[in-house]
Amino acid sequence: MSALIRLENVAKSYGGKPVLAPLSLDFSAGAVTVLIGESGCGKSTLLRLILGLLRPDGGRVLFDGRALDAGNVDALRHRIGYVIQDGGLFPHLSAERNVTLLARFLRRAPGAIDARVAELAGLVRIDRQALERYPRDLSGGQRQRVGLMRALMLDPPALLLDEPLGALDPITRAELQAELKAIFDRLGKTVVLVTHDMNEAAHFADRIVLLRGGRIVQQGTLADLLQRPAEPYVRDFIRSQAGRLQEPV
Amino acid sequence: MRRAGVMRCIVLGMFAALAASACTAGEPLKVGSKRFTESYILGEIVAQTAQGARVPVVHKPGMGATGILFAAVKSGAIDVYPEYTGTIAFELLKDRSATDLAAINRALAPLGLGAGVPLGFNNSYALAMLEADAERLGIVSLSDLARHPRLRFGLSQEFLNRADGWPVLRSAYRFGFEPAGLDHGLAYEALAAGQIDAIDVYTTDAKRARYRLRVLADDRGVFPRYDAVLVYRLDLGARFPAAWSALQKLEGRISTQRMVALNAQAELDGKPFAAVARDFLSGADDAPAAGARAGFLQLLFGADFWRLTGQHLLLVFVSLAFAVAGGIPLGIAAARDPGVARTVLAIVGVVQTVPSLALLAFLIPLLGTIGTLPALLALFLYSLLPIVRNTYSGLLDIPAALQEAARALGLPATARLRLIELPLAARSILSGVKTSAVVNVGTATIAAFIGAGGYGERIASGLALNDNAVLLAGAVPAAGLALLVEALFSQLDRRLISAGLQSPGPGR
Repeated sequence: MSALIRLENVAKSYGGKPVLAPLSLDFSAGAVTVLIGESGCGKSTLLRLILGLLRPDGGRVLFDGRALDAGNVDALRHRIGYVIQDGGLFPHLSAERNVTLLARFLRRAPGAIDARVAELAGLVRIDRQALERYPRDLSGGQRQRVGLMRALMLDPPALLLDEPLGALDPITRAELQAELKAIFDRLGKTVVLVTHDMNEAAHFADRIVLLRGGRIVQQGTLADLLQRPAEPYVRDFIRSQAGRLQEPV
Repeated sequence: MRRAGVMRCIVLGMFAALAASACTAGEPLKVGSKRFTESYILGEIVAQTAQGARVPVVHKPGMGATGILFAAVKSGAIDVYPEYTGTIAFELLKDRSATDLAAINRALAPLGLGAGVPLGFNNSYALAMLEADAERLGIVSLSDLARHPRLRFGLSQEFLNRADGWPVLRSAYRFGFEPAGLDHGLAYEALAAGQIDAIDVYTTDAKRARYRLRVLADDRGVFPRYDAVLVYRLDLGARFPAAWSALQKLEGRISTQRMVALNAQAELDGKPFAAVARDFLSGADDAPAAGARAGFLQLLFGADFWRLTGQHLLLVFVSLAFAVAGGIPLGIAAARDPGVARTVLAIVGVVQTVPSLALLAFLIPLLGTIGTLPALLALFLYSLLPIVRNTYSGLLDIPAALQEAARALGLPATARLRLIELPLAARSILSGVKTSAVVNVGTATIAAFIGAGGYGERIASGLALNDNAVLLAGAVPAAGLALLVEALFSQLDRRLISAGLQSPGPGR
């Protein structure tokens, strides 16, 4: 499979403190990659670099073979859906307006917009009435469903999710986890999901990338990490989360 | 640099709009007057005399103190105003020898100005005490007064600061105490209440009799003559020949006693200045004042109510519109760049600390005119701070996650600003505009002191007349307007701010 997203020797530091050591990473089209690590390991920074929200100090980011630069960044962002914790919805717009904001700005046909909203509402299982409400009148789970709709509105080939289930209660979390997995399987998009929870990683990942201190410790399937840890840290990290791994999903 | 250019365009735009409105129709003859009863009356007499010669006339009453009137006549903002020879020599020409008209005119000619038409009375400065106090202490002259260093003086700011006022008096009589500055209109009440012992008065002062004042003799002859004359632009005769020859006929028409009587009609009987002047010119001024004083409601909704309301609204909302048009972009620029923020916030902050009368006095020579334009510019400058600051803080208060979500969508910067950032900052911006508008309603009352009209005109004449009813007839509608503006903006808040940002009501 070819790489839809490619990082070549990308490095980033804040105020002299390196957050990402120069690292290279490919994201194959149609695969689900989970970036995992403790907080501060650089996993969210990596997502921001892919979206061009941060500029790398060195190296480059390629999307579909094109290097990201100031001239094409907005166009490339239209091809990447982005979901953050608690949805990142704009509070002054209704849920539906949040979903359709970009499509309207790009002057897509109203009929096509309506059809797409109906289709996505079915996909994420939210009723049309909830879409008329403002974000503050939605539940946490509903906000996340709307956030996913907004990310998928233009049917982008890639979907980036930064701790998408992080702000939810355990029941909603388990429910959405199962639904999200089904959606990934059904849509076949290139997915990059950031989490600190090994259970979630195991649930979603075709491939897990474990980061520590801005460096890739190991990448592979869950089985690779469990059976052939590259460093003692891999075993320690998994063991620290072992209790959670036993939890029923 | 581009931002400075934008600022300049806004200010120039303001000028152009007003210049255009000022230049329609033929230029009328413009009469000015100072901010005290006698000057209001003389200004009216001059204006009505010129009107009698079928010349279009504008009277800008109570424009301010001497400096403002002189600047105005020099710049051509007015053509003529009543003045006193002593004031011209000491205050304007700073020449103690130039006290006769010929010497004064030699000094004024290079400025394109002349002084003439002596009206017939001498309104000198004097110090006065309550008759009873003076009798008890045995004070008849200023030399007697100097022997009582414990007495308290309340002197008008103008008298305190002018070269022919307190400074010469203090050195001639060796007064050894510090006087308090007090508005002239308030000084009588303070004297009657026993808070002060001596005040400055004019020899034609109408309140001399009413408050039982003893005018102290100037036994060392310090005060020069203050013969009432007209200061005019030398081209006046050529531009308005009919009016000019009519004005010449005012020479010698007003004796000191007559001036005291005219002042009394205005101050003590509450007769409008225009009526005092009209009756004087028609020779009917000896008739007793018709009827009782006007009631408060009659004063409040007097004939000038709608004109003053219109002027006040114009001052408040035109300056506010320019402040919104200039302040929001400045706030946006500040939110984008911390360097710009420091500079812009510092400048608009400093402007805010300049006292309003000082700012007006500073803008008059800068703009070369008095009246609406400097008032609008001052109000515009005062309005900037709340709008700039609230736009800036409203934009900075947007959570970083939302700003990032907007960028991640792939919206260009202008679209983010229009669709997301400004709507999210709208409540803060609107509250800044509201603050400016409400403060503007109050500050605009000051504009009357430089002839820009509005409710402040009544406050200024109320102060000059020491008439609380007139003062309130200006202050009450100004306060009402402030409340109205407050209510209007609360409505706007409900209309303009997204329901998603309103605090949830009980019905939700």
